[in-house]
Amino acid sequence: MSSDAKNHPFHMVEPSLWPFVGAFAALTTAIGFVIYKATPDGPLLATLPGFLLIVFTFYIWGRDIVREANNGVDHTEPVKHGLRMGMVLFITSEVMFFFAFFWAYFNANIPFLSFAASDVWPPEGIVPLETWDLPFLNTMILLTSGATVTYAHHSLRAGNRSGLTKGLFLTVVLGVLFTALQAYEYMHATFSITDGIYGSTFYLATGFHGFHVIVGTILLIICYFRAVKGDFTDNAHVGFEAAAWYWHFVDVVWLFLFCCVYWWGGYGFVHG
Amino acid sequence: MSDDHHKPSFARRWFMSTNHKDIGTLYLILAIIAAVIGGGMSWYIRLELMEPGIQYIDDFQFYNVLVTAHGFLMVFFVVMPAMIGGFGNWFVPLMVGAPDMAFPRLNNISFWLLAAGLILLVIAGLTGGGPGTGWTVYPPLSAKDYHPGMAVDLGILSLHLAGASSILGAANFITTIFNMRAPGMTIHRMPLFVWAILVTAFLLLLALPVLAGALTMLLTDRNFGTSFFIVEGGGDPLLWQHLFWFFGHPEVYIIIIPAFGIISEIVSTFSKKPIFGYLGMAYAMSAIGVVGFVVWAHHMFMTGLDVDTRAYFVAATMVIAVPTGVKIFSWLATMWGGSIEFKTPMLYAFGFIFLFVVGGVTGITLANAGMDVAFHDTYFVVAHFHYVMAIAAIFAMFAGFFYWIGKMCGRQYNEGLAKLQFWIFFIGVNILFFPQHFSGMAGMPRRIPDYPDPYAGWNYVSSIGALITAIGTFLFLYIAWTTIRSGEKAEANPWGEGATTLEWSVDSPAPFHTHEILPDMTGKAPAE
Ligand code: HEM
Ligand SMILES: [Cu+2]
Repeated sequence: MSSDAKNHPFHMVEPSLWPFVGAFAALTTAIGFVIYKATPDGPLLATLPGFLLIVFTFYIWGRDIVREANNGVDHTEPVKHGLRMGMVLFITSEVMFFFAFFWAYFNANIPFLSFAASDVWPPEGIVPLETWDLPFLNTMILLTSGATVTYAHHSLRAGNRSGLTKGLFLTVVLGVLFTALQAYEYMHATFSITDGIYGSTFYLATGFHGFHVIVGTILLIICYFRAVKGDFTDNAHVGFEAAAWYWHFVDVVWLFLFCCVYWWGGYGFVHG
Repeated sequence: MSDDHHKPSFARRWFMSTNHKDIGTLYLILAIIAAVIGGGMSWYIRLELMEPGIQYIDDFQFYNVLVTAHGFLMVFFVVMPAMIGGFGNWFVPLMVGAPDMAFPRLNNISFWLLAAGLILLVIAGLTGGGPGTGWTVYPPLSAKDYHPGMAVDLGILSLHLAGASSILGAANFITTIFNMRAPGMTIHRMPLFVWAILVTAFLLLLALPVLAGALTMLLTDRNFGTSFFIVEGGGDPLLWQHLFWFFGHPEVYIIIIPAFGIISEIVSTFSKKPIFGYLGMAYAMSAIGVVGFVVWAHHMFMTGLDVDTRAYFVAATMVIAVPTGVKIFSWLATMWGGSIEFKTPMLYAFGFIFLFVVGGVTGITLANAGMDVAFHDTYFVVAHFHYVMAIAAIFAMFAGFFYWIGKMCGRQYNEGLAKLQFWIFFIGVNILFFPQHFSGMAGMPRRIPDYPDPYAGWNYVSSIGALITAIGTFLFLYIAWTTIRSGEKAEANPWGEGATTLEWSVDSPAPFHTHEILPDMTGKAPAE
C-alpha cells in the first residue's frame, strides 16, 4: 500500500528479495566452508562466492534502508525508536556471544570453576604479550576513538557538520590503526592458536573482537560518506547512533579483554 | 477482505514477503515438514526398540544419527518455528493492535535462515555417517577423533543458522511488543500469549549467543586446531556441558513458555472468564525466565561437581517449581466456577496441563542430585522431558492450531473428528511415554538400539503407544488438510463471549493487512 494512505506511524515495508538472497548467501557460505574443509588441502576459495553474496546483500539491503531513511516519509519517530531498540537488542546478543568466550577463558585458569583449570597461568611454556606495550597502546587508541566518535555525535546534534565529519574521520583512522597494530601483534606473538587452551582462548576472544572492530569501522566509514553527502540531521541520525553504539560496545569488550586477558592473564610474568 | 487487491503476486508474496501473516504461514509449513521427517525417525526408533535384539538398524551409528536428528528437528525446526515463528508472527501483531512486525524484512530473513538451517541439517544426516552425537553434542564424542567426517560440522553450521534466525526474530518480537502496541494497550493489558512471546524472546536473545559461542569453539576445535574441549591441549570437555546447558535449560523454557501463553488464552476463552491472577501469570513466566538461567548444572550432577555446587543447583532448580505452580493453580482457578465449553482446543489445554504436571513432578524428582545418580541418562529422563517439553509442547501446538485455524485460513475444523483425534493422541502419547518411567527406574539407559530382555515388556507397550500416536498424527494431518481445503466458513469470532483478545475483532480469515486503523484500548480491562 502507498505510504500516504496510512493511518498509523509505522513503516509498512514493501516486499524485498534481499532477505531470501541473504539466507541463500549464508547457506552457500556454509557449504563452501564444508567443501574447503572436507579434504586436507581443500580450496579456501570455496567460501568466496557465499561471502561475496553476503557482502552484496548487506550493501543492497542497507542501500534500501538509507533510501527509506532519506525519503522523509517512512522513518517516523516511532519507527526510529524501534530501530534504535533493535540495535540495542542486537548488541545485547553480541555481549552474550563474548560472554561464552570469557567463560571459556576463566574456565581455563580459575580452579574454582573447573578441575581442568591450569594451576599456573599462562600455562608452562607460553610467553604472553607484554601488557604495557602494544596492548596498552591499543587500549589508549580505542579509548580515544570512543572520545572522537562522541565528539562527532555532539557536533551533529549541535549542527556542526565539519565537526561531525572530522570526528568520524579520526575515529575511522584510529580504528584502522588499532586493527593494524593488532595484526602486527598477532604476527609477532610467540604462541599460536594451536598452542593449547591458552592460544585457543586468546585468539578466539581477541580475534572475534578484532572482527567486530573491522565491522564497526566499516559502519563508521559508511556514516562518514553519508555525512559528507549531507545525510543525518540533528534529530534524524539513527544510522549514526547505531554505528556509534556499536563502536562503544566494541570498546567496552576491549577493556574487559585488556584487563582480564592481557593484564591479569599475564600478571607477574617476567619477560626474559 | 477489502484489502485482497493489495496481495502481491505468488513469487513476491512467498519469497519476498514482508507480511507477518504470510511469514507466519511459512513457518508453520516448515514446522509441519520437519515434523513429518522428525516424527518418521521417532517411529523408526520405536520400531527398533519394540523388541530386544536388533530388528532393523544394525548400523549403530545410524541409530545414533536418528536419535540426534530427531532431537534437533523437533526442538529447532518443529516446536520453535511453529510456536514462535508461526503463532507468534501471526498473533502478536494482531493481539497488540499493530499493523505488522517492527522489522518485516528481518522477519523474512529469520524464516529463510531457518530453512537454510534445515537444508544443512538434512545434508549433515546424509554425509559421512551423519552426526551421531545426540542433540547435546558432547565432546569428545563430537570431536574430530570420534566424528572424523564433515557431518558434525554441517550440524554445527545448521544450528548456527537456526540460532541467527532466532536471535533476529527475538529482537523483532521484543521491538514489536515494546514499540508498536496500540494506544491504551499497556504492558499490563497485553494478552498472556504476548507476554509469553516477550519472555521467550528475551530468553532467545540471551541464551542463543552462548550456544553460538560454544558451537564456534567446537567448530574451531574440529577444524583449526584449538583445544577448548580437548584434554591434551589443556581444554575441558565439561566446559562444553556448562556452555551447552547454560543455553539448554533456557531453551527448554523457550519451548514451553509460548505453550503457557497459548494455554492461558484457551483456558480463559473456554471458561468464559478472564484468567485468574493475570499479573501473577505474567510475572510467573518472567520469574521462570530469570531463574531458568541459574539452574543449568542440574544436567551435570553426574560429572563430578563438588557437593556445594550440587547443593546450590538442587535448591535453585526446585525454586522454579514455585512460579510453575502459580501457573498451574491459576489455570485451575480460572476454570473454577467458569462455564466450561469442551471444544477441541480446551481438551488439548486440559491435556497439556495434565502432561505438564506429570513431567513437572518427575522434574522435581530429577532435581535431587542424590536421586539423579540413579536416574541420569536413563529412560526416566527421557520420559520426563517428553512429558514436560515434547508432548506438552505438541499439545499446545495442536491446541493453538484448532483455536486459531479459523482465523488463519477462514475455515473451521470438524469438531467431532478433532475430538476423536484428541483422544487417540492423548491415549497414544501416554501409552508411549508413561512406561518409559518404569524402564528408566529399572535402569534402562537412553540412546541405545538394544537392551537386555528384562526391559522387553514396557518397551513393547511403549512402541504400541507410538503406533497409536502415529495414527493420531495422520488423523491430525488429514483434519488439517480437509479443514484448509473444505472446512466450513469460520466466523470472525467462533468462540463467543469468552474470546476477548483483538485477533477476534478482525475478519476470518484475517485480511492481508490488519489494524490499519489502530484500535484504541484505553480504559479496557486486561485482554485476558
Ligand atoms: C519443575 C520443573 C523442572 C525440573 C525441576 C526439571 C529438572 C530436570 C533435571 C534435574 C534434569 C536432568 C536429568 C538428568 O539428565 O539426569 C532434566 C532434564 C531435562 N528436562 Fe527438566 N525439569 C523441569 C522442567 C522442565 C521443562 C519445563 C522442560 C521443557 C519444557 C524440561 C526439559 C528437560 C529436558 C529436555 C531434559 C533432558 C535433556 C537431555 O539430557 O537431553 N524440563 N530436568
Ligand atoms: Cu534443565
